[in-house]
Amino acid sequence: MNTFLQLTVNGLGKGAVFALLALGFVIIFKATEVVNFAHGSLVLFGGYLVVVTRDALGWVGASLVGIVSAGLLGLLVERLLLSRSRHADANSLALLTIGVDVIVTEEIVRRLGVTLPFLGGAWDAQPFQVGGITLFRTHLVALVVAAILITAFWLAFKYSNWGVAMRAQAENREAAALMGIRSSRVTATAWLVAGLLAGVAVLFIATQDFSGAGLSRGTHSIALAAFPAAILGGLDSTAGAVVGGLVVGLVEALSAQYVSFDFSKSAVFLVMLVVLVVRPSGLFGTRERTRV
Amino acid sequence: MSDSAVSEVDSPPATGEPPVKPRRDVAKLVRTVAWLALLVVLLALPLYLDAAWLKAGQYMMIGGVGAIGLTLVVGQAGQLSLAHAFFLLAGATAYTVLSGPAGDDRVIGFGLDPGLSLLGAVAVSALLGLAFAPVAGRLRGIYLGVASLALVFLGLYFGQSAEELTGGTSTGRAPAPFSLFGFPFTNDGPEIALLGVPIRQAERTWYLFLLLTVLAFVIARGAVHSRVGRSWRAVRDNEAAAAVLGVSVLRAKAGAFAVSSAYGGLAGAMTVLWFDILKPDESEFGTYGINVSIAYLAMVIIGGLGSVPGALVGALIVNGLPQVLALYSADLGWFSGTGDGALTPILVSSFVYGAAIILVVLFEPGGLAAIGRRLTRKRIRRPTPEEK
Repeated sequence: MNTFLQLTVNGLGKGAVFALLALGFVIIFKATEVVNFAHGSLVLFGGYLVVVTRDALGWVGASLVGIVSAGLLGLLVERLLLSRSRHADANSLALLTIGVDVIVTEEIVRRLGVTLPFLGGAWDAQPFQVGGITLFRTHLVALVVAAILITAFWLAFKYSNWGVAMRAQAENREAAALMGIRSSRVTATAWLVAGLLAGVAVLFIATQDFSGAGLSRGTHSIALAAFPAAILGGLDSTAGAVVGGLVVGLVEALSAQYVSFDFSKSAVFLVMLVVLVVRPSGLFGTRERTRV
Repeated sequence: MSDSAVSEVDSPPATGEPPVKPRRDVAKLVRTVAWLALLVVLLALPLYLDAAWLKAGQYMMIGGVGAIGLTLVVGQAGQLSLAHAFFLLAGATAYTVLSGPAGDDRVIGFGLDPGLSLLGAVAVSALLGLAFAPVAGRLRGIYLGVASLALVFLGLYFGQSAEELTGGTSTGRAPAPFSLFGFPFTNDGPEIALLGVPIRQAERTWYLFLLLTVLAFVIARGAVHSRVGRSWRAVRDNEAAAAVLGVSVLRAKAGAFAVSSAYGGLAGAMTVLWFDILKPDESEFGTYGINVSIAYLAMVIIGGLGSVPGALVGALIVNGLPQVLALYSADLGWFSGTGDGALTPILVSSFVYGAAIILVVLFEPGGLAAIGRRLTRKRIRRPTPEEK
């Protein structure tokens, strides 16, 4: 029972990080209907900037630089590439992001070489005991940070002008444009926010507690698990992204313990397949209807 | 997968236009002669190239076979698949298991004839593709793409855990050398020489792969130009409309997936013969990893979604570039740096195809096939009124 409790808490901690990544996917998808295959490279880019600047700025400064630069890379991709091809359909643009992902990831992995730096803060690798169960500080911090960020996002999404504009655009792009909503601005901020969230997530992923591995190609692979998280919840549902992230974190933690570590990555995708067979648009996603 | 993908079949001339039949015949003749000339060149190449270049060429042909399969399902039927690497692994494993010597106490083998095993590998992969059909039939677009990504992860786990079949990640297992009706594609067997050039393993494998590529090409062209291809394109463009026209949407999707995975399986069996070892990956990045799925997708996008000849050209670029760069660099001293941050042929090729994907989507959604079509049309056919 203690093991189970411990796995649940740690799984939720991991899940919170996946939720941040999945939320990024969903924000971009809602604003543009493009699935961002380059999300993993945003994660790597933010992490790499932390590595480069942390000697000069210290951990806090470097983390801020990393988060902001991941957001800026997202913005740059949208402004330089996607906004230039507004008439291409969303699926082609998704393929375009694959090209971006390949280039950014390969270059950063090349620059990292064999150094695989850990990015965790002062709390990394200091597990502690509460009532007989071992908890990792990184996971707890991740939970708190994710809770704050997700609440802030939700409030902004619900009440701010930006949120209203974004929801309007997701509902009906043309009508929103006719009502005077600047579609390009909504799209650009969506990419910016998604990048910022990815920049936060990498600070938790490349740690001893989370993955036991530093910033590397493996970080990119872990970020891929945000895919099933977003799809599980439904690509156009922000609440779904959070639920999906937590489910993915839990499934991964539990299957790594009770089945095998190798299986845990596949387990996440297996659960996603099962959910998709039952509900083809995810748990909370809008169902597509065809009218003849 | 997109409306912008140009269909493989030429658009019929506009109504009211007098038939341009003689011109068309000429165009067809020119095209046939060009294809035959290319075939003759490919048949003659082993007489001039040394083994290293032949090996590079074989690798491009593997890519060609796999890419043709992927372009059918992604471009013709409009079903995004990121699972191609999984079917490669399936074909590779099936060939190795079926042809492997029976009675080995570490790994399972059935000791079948290698030719038969190759057919078996194709059949097993096709069945696996068919097994995925219930999922594929329910999902659309990006949901399907990510769902198919799941297969790559399942394949990774399968490769790591089913050591009796795959040999495990640490050692792998050797495939049986290929032979057809008793004729070995190795250095053994009868000594043959063509124009004074001995036809040994490299040359023999070249001809085997060339035969498989040509077969794959002809069958795919046949499918595209037939009723099957029309049903795929109908489903791609509008599922509801296709169903109204009497196309069984589920069957068309399942068929496209099965055919594509059969091609993937064949490419996988060729891969294992090329490497001469079946070695499952330790991570998502490897011979059968996500990077391979993406590389195949890159071939198809660069070549032009749905275009069979385009897929071959895409394979030439994506699979050929690292090989050719590596061969040239040995002569010219490029990429001599090693260790941290060194540029390798594989890395440079990744940059090139990553950039190529971006450029194609931005500027020429029809890919190289669309460019080629425009060039040849200008040369040999009078422009139709729409094009003037």
